[in-house]
Amino acid sequence: MNDELVEKIKANPNYQTLIKKRTGFAIKLGIFVLVMFYAYILTIAFDPTVLGAKTGDGVMTIAFPIAAAIIIISFFTTLIYVRRANGEFEDLIEKVRKDVKDEL
Amino acid sequence: MFRILALISIFSIALFAAGDASFEATKRELNIPAIIMFFIFVGGTLVITYWAAKRTKSASDFYTAGGGISGFQNGMAIAGDYMSAASFLGISGLVYLSGYDGLIYAVGFLVGWPVILFLMAEKLRNLGKFTFTDIAAYRLGQKEIRTLAAFGSLAVVTLYLIAQMVGSGKLIQVLFGLEYEYAVILVGVMMIIYVTFGGMLATTWVQIIKAILLLSGVSFMGFMVLQHFGFSFEALATKAVDSHAKGQAIMEPGGFISDPISAISLGMALMLGTAGLPHVLMRFFTVGNAKEARKSVVYATGFIGYFYLVIAVIGLGAIVFLNSPEGQQYFVDGKLFGGNNMAAIHLSHVVGGNVFLGFISAVAFATILAVVSGLTLAGASAISHDLYASVINPNASEEQEIRVSKISVIIIGIVGVILGIAFEQQNIAFMVGLAFAIAASANFPILFLSIYWSKLTTRGAFLGGLLGLLTAVVLVIVGPIVWVQILGNAEPLFPYKHPALFSVIIAFVGIWFFSITDKSQRAKDEAKAFEAQKVRAETGFGAAGAVDH
Repeated sequence: MNDELVEKIKANPNYQTLIKKRTGFAIKLGIFVLVMFYAYILTIAFDPTVLGAKTGDGVMTIAFPIAAAIIIISFFTTLIYVRRANGEFEDLIEKVRKDVKDEL
Repeated sequence: MFRILALISIFSIALFAAGDASFEATKRELNIPAIIMFFIFVGGTLVITYWAAKRTKSASDFYTAGGGISGFQNGMAIAGDYMSAASFLGISGLVYLSGYDGLIYAVGFLVGWPVILFLMAEKLRNLGKFTFTDIAAYRLGQKEIRTLAAFGSLAVVTLYLIAQMVGSGKLIQVLFGLEYEYAVILVGVMMIIYVTFGGMLATTWVQIIKAILLLSGVSFMGFMVLQHFGFSFEALATKAVDSHAKGQAIMEPGGFISDPISAISLGMALMLGTAGLPHVLMRFFTVGNAKEARKSVVYATGFIGYFYLVIAVIGLGAIVFLNSPEGQQYFVDGKLFGGNNMAAIHLSHVVGGNVFLGFISAVAFATILAVVSGLTLAGASAISHDLYASVINPNASEEQEIRVSKISVIIIGIVGVILGIAFEQQNIAFMVGLAFAIAASANFPILFLSIYWSKLTTRGAFLGGLLGLLTAVVLVIVGPIVWVQILGNAEPLFPYKHPALFSVIIAFVGIWFFSITDKSQRAKDEAKAFEAQKVRAETGFGAAGAVDH
């Protein structure tokens, strides 16, 4: 890829939309996962008894549903990202490709 | 430089491998159904290898299965790489031993996946060719970066490999009544055959089949355990608390992670380490494009997440069934036969008899074999693609490169067998944790900054990455496990078991400092090349296609 083409792609409005939307989306989701995981790790680090709270009259504690929830939420964040990336973002890339296809 | 890095790698590995005993295994009478299952599996995988060998012609076929693996298949194969013996036997064994704490590892191993996806997966696919080092070296000095990253890869791969070899030796020793040494040699020979003849194509298919068998096997175990309790997790947990010596304490965290620094440090190693494991990153080059790379992460996260949820049920089930009067047959002198890591294997006998025990045993063996093959291929690629074809002999033909790769596989296999036998008594969980810490400190920061930071220079990446690698290694040597437990000193010089928090920060700061102070012309050229790299990373324009790399 020569410098001229790089400049041309960078100036392409679809490319700029792609970068802006995808970067923002990835950062938001990434921060969400990091906050969720470190809230969990720090709770274990500073006060593990918090997670030992019972959910009812039996032996069940909130620690189990929380671990299961983090695993399930992690899966759904990947699913949400990929649906948008493979749809909306790929469409934008396709548009950019069309604009520059003669020079690629 | 070469020789110094090699010496450091060998020295550190030898030191770490001298850990303490993990579990004692004794011999047992022959288990006929297990042996029949074992031969069915071995025969099946050899057929796959033969099929793959006929289709493996170019370097691209050998390293990346020709790039023609689909997102679903690759997701299965990644899940296969991830559901290693440490996950299956180790985490279920931890839950059996101390309840909830085992799940902390499961959660930490899993949350690495969204992070890899958001930050790396598609960019890796767009920029890379055969190994993750391709990305780090994309616009930087090939020799320095490839040499450093190849040694980072080899350190991670070797540590991981020793852990798997020891685990497989113990498993086969218990299941088939074979001597430990023969068991390890058997694993080594089979691994060399799979990888040298079948390359990535055979490794991927063995991985996929094993993932399906393992998921079916644990599903059946989880189903049988829950069925016993009318599908009530609460009823299972109640009985587990009654059966376990620690009682209600198994329902809450608290055992292994005692101070905040260690907790944060372990969390960092588990999460960022995943994003620096060479054998996992290599899988993104087996798919055709970024779209398939993303899909494969969704499938992998789904399978691995489901697997860990079932493992929690299996661990609690093992507490209940193995501590019952009928469970006493699995104990020898008051200890679980084969050690706590065998809890899931014994549970399979309780819920499904000899035939199912044979099935799970064969799958567990397949698990180790497949993970070991993936690791060996990653190590061989680091030697042949990153060191030989890019640094030592840049004019090498594809045939020469593949030949070096195959020779490397044989050498790594032999080294794995020797170290596996020599370090029979070392602690598997510690080795895996250390592999993650090194991956997080040496591989991840270079990879991450080369993708995102335009001012990264060769000097910064090399010196900072080296600092991260050395810090991780040195802090483990002077930490509680090596300095006190192995070397016998009274007090550790560094108080924490997990070095990642410190070594990762040092790596990032080092890379930043040595980059911004680099005023050379080369640094300016490298910063200028960032724009073109970024366009390609974001769009995939100019990236290698599915057929021809």
